[in-house]
Amino acid sequence: VLSLDLFANAIVAGVLLGGFYAAVAIGLAITFGQLDIVNIAHPAFVIVGSYVAYIVNTHFGLDPVLIGVLVAPVFFLVGIAIYRIYYAAFERTGQESLSGLAFFFGLMFIIEVVLILVYGVDYRLVNAGYIGETIELGVVGIPFRMLVPFVVAITGTTAVYVYLSRTFTGRAILAVAQDRLALQLMGANPVRIKQFAFGLAIATTAIAGSLLIIIGPVEPSVGRLYIGRVFAIVVLGGMGSISGMFIAALILGIVETLVATFMGPSWAPAVAFGLLLLTLALRPSGLFGR
Amino acid sequence: MKLMMAIARVLAILALMASGSALAQKPIKIGFSMALTGGLAGAGKAALIAMEIWRDDTNKAGGLLGRPVEFVYYDDATQPAKVPPIYTKLLEVDKVDLVVSSYGTNEIAPAMPIVMRKKLVFPSLFGLAVNDEFKYDRYFQIMPSGPEPKTDWSKGFFELAMAQNPKPTTIAIVSADAEFALNAAGGARKNAQRLGMKIVYDKTYPPATTDFTPIVRAIEATNPDIVYVGSYPPDSVGMVKAANEVGLKAKMFGGSMVGLQFAAIQKNLGPMLNGIINYDFWVPEPTLDFPGVKEFLAKYQAAAKGKGVDPLGHYLPPYAYAYLQVLGQAVQAVKSLDQAKLAAYIHKTTFDTVVGKVKFGRNGEWAKSRVLFVQFRDVQPDNLEQFAGPGKRLVLHPKEWKSGEIVYPYKK
Repeated sequence: VLSLDLFANAIVAGVLLGGFYAAVAIGLAITFGQLDIVNIAHPAFVIVGSYVAYIVNTHFGLDPVLIGVLVAPVFFLVGIAIYRIYYAAFERTGQESLSGLAFFFGLMFIIEVVLILVYGVDYRLVNAGYIGETIELGVVGIPFRMLVPFVVAITGTTAVYVYLSRTFTGRAILAVAQDRLALQLMGANPVRIKQFAFGLAIATTAIAGSLLIIIGPVEPSVGRLYIGRVFAIVVLGGMGSISGMFIAALILGIVETLVATFMGPSWAPAVAFGLLLLTLALRPSGLFGR
Repeated sequence: MKLMMAIARVLAILALMASGSALAQKPIKIGFSMALTGGLAGAGKAALIAMEIWRDDTNKAGGLLGRPVEFVYYDDATQPAKVPPIYTKLLEVDKVDLVVSSYGTNEIAPAMPIVMRKKLVFPSLFGLAVNDEFKYDRYFQIMPSGPEPKTDWSKGFFELAMAQNPKPTTIAIVSADAEFALNAAGGARKNAQRLGMKIVYDKTYPPATTDFTPIVRAIEATNPDIVYVGSYPPDSVGMVKAANEVGLKAKMFGGSMVGLQFAAIQKNLGPMLNGIINYDFWVPEPTLDFPGVKEFLAKYQAAAKGKGVDPLGHYLPPYAYAYLQVLGQAVQAVKSLDQAKLAAYIHKTTFDTVVGKVKFGRNGEWAKSRVLFVQFRDVQPDNLEQFAGPGKRLVLHPKEWKSGEIVYPYKK
């Protein structure tokens, strides 16, 4: 059934979904795209963000997004600490490729098990006044549950983009992946820059986690479902390009919803990942890669 | 010196007697795998609590055959591939006396070949139509899906639909791409075709689906009278929220949505649930007040506190207790662990359990289906306690357990 209403709703839903994907992927665009660290535990940190939002929302009734923003500095410090361990154990000795991957795999399992031991395995959800509400704009319905993550994602992406392109530390983060030695010659310490960037990436997971739990219920292992998708977005966008990552997330979201609406939802991942393969075949460096 | 020797002999005899009595007290080991981590861990952990209550109750009452009962279990992490090695270890290394299943279709099926090779009685917990393929005569499944599990499962939903005036004529079927949901949707498809309904939407979705509004909009565009959903907890939440956001206009909505039975999800969805007709196995309605069920739930709710599992435990825990009650009653009755005798006894007996009377048919499923179809009614926001008592999930089907009348269309 091809109707204009359905098509318009699918495009809008796809844009909103893509925004949420971007919020989850932005941290990985920094760690994997710019620092070349395969942080497979990234979605697990997102789940930790969801649990923090759940706990504070349940006890104090604070808005989940506000909670995400408030705890982001704590996540930043945790990120710095993790990078220090990673650097000392693997990067400094040049063992980051395989051992580093194993480190993040281990970290992911540890996070999951700790969440299970402390909070159990029941599904966790949050309350917010806007969950379940919809704005009707003509024939298009926009659920707040998806709109809020989109607005937060676009704000966060813009902030990160401006920070990376306009500040000294931001440019140093971009530089560290390209030429570590040149950065040292400019008087910046690559390790400090990388630890700052890693902290920033982990800080974004606090906010992404709060968005995830607004959309749906969360349990400790649900993050695994997002591993493939967020890495695909970063690769599709062109490793390290923040704007590319955002556009790739939107493309993936729109393709998924169009396919789900008109062909059937079970085709959505196949078509989305097919698009990724096609893009990489035509542009091996991704949409916005150099 | 002689006196010393005599004392030593007496002590030696006493020690021998003590060891003999310890042998007599050798525990009966029941082995199983359970989903204690991963996607089904919420249910698996709740089931384990119920099973431990049965073990403790049984041991307090003197054990089985005068021997204490002991569990040997391993976490299958909700991964079917882990199940066969676990059962192999249970049987070859741990040498358990009896086995029971993990929770759920996907975790039960992989254990079947191993259990069948050893010709063991296999009480199983919430498997849908597993024995359709294996046809094993020592398989006994406690979920009351009935002798034809795939079609019996949703029969009640369709009988309710056909009792309405005018009768619904079109149906949309949507399910997750996973074993249970596909089986449930397959049964619904057969029932719909048998009744001559027109299937206007029939699709599956992948497990990692985040947003269900496009799916609900696509369904709404086909304007079905009935929407039948086969889904798992996160998807069920997504589907209910999307249906509310889109303003789904179907006359009946529900079916086989796993998760709407769990207290945390019920509390969060609140009034969005009103009118939905979904399957269930036990609800606190007066028609289902079986002997022992309230006492069991009181123990479960005390044990579940702080463990991060379903705090009310209406859905799965009574059945996790009951499948061990069946096994325990059979062992006591045949006074042996002989698997052939146990299987024969379970086949011919009607068991009294906390989920009522249980009688198995030839294929090891309940001889008669007792899948309840309940309708959420008058649900208030953000209130868990409301689900502890009657009045929020009225039983519409089967008739003998009915506790209320249907509201149709569902969002009247």
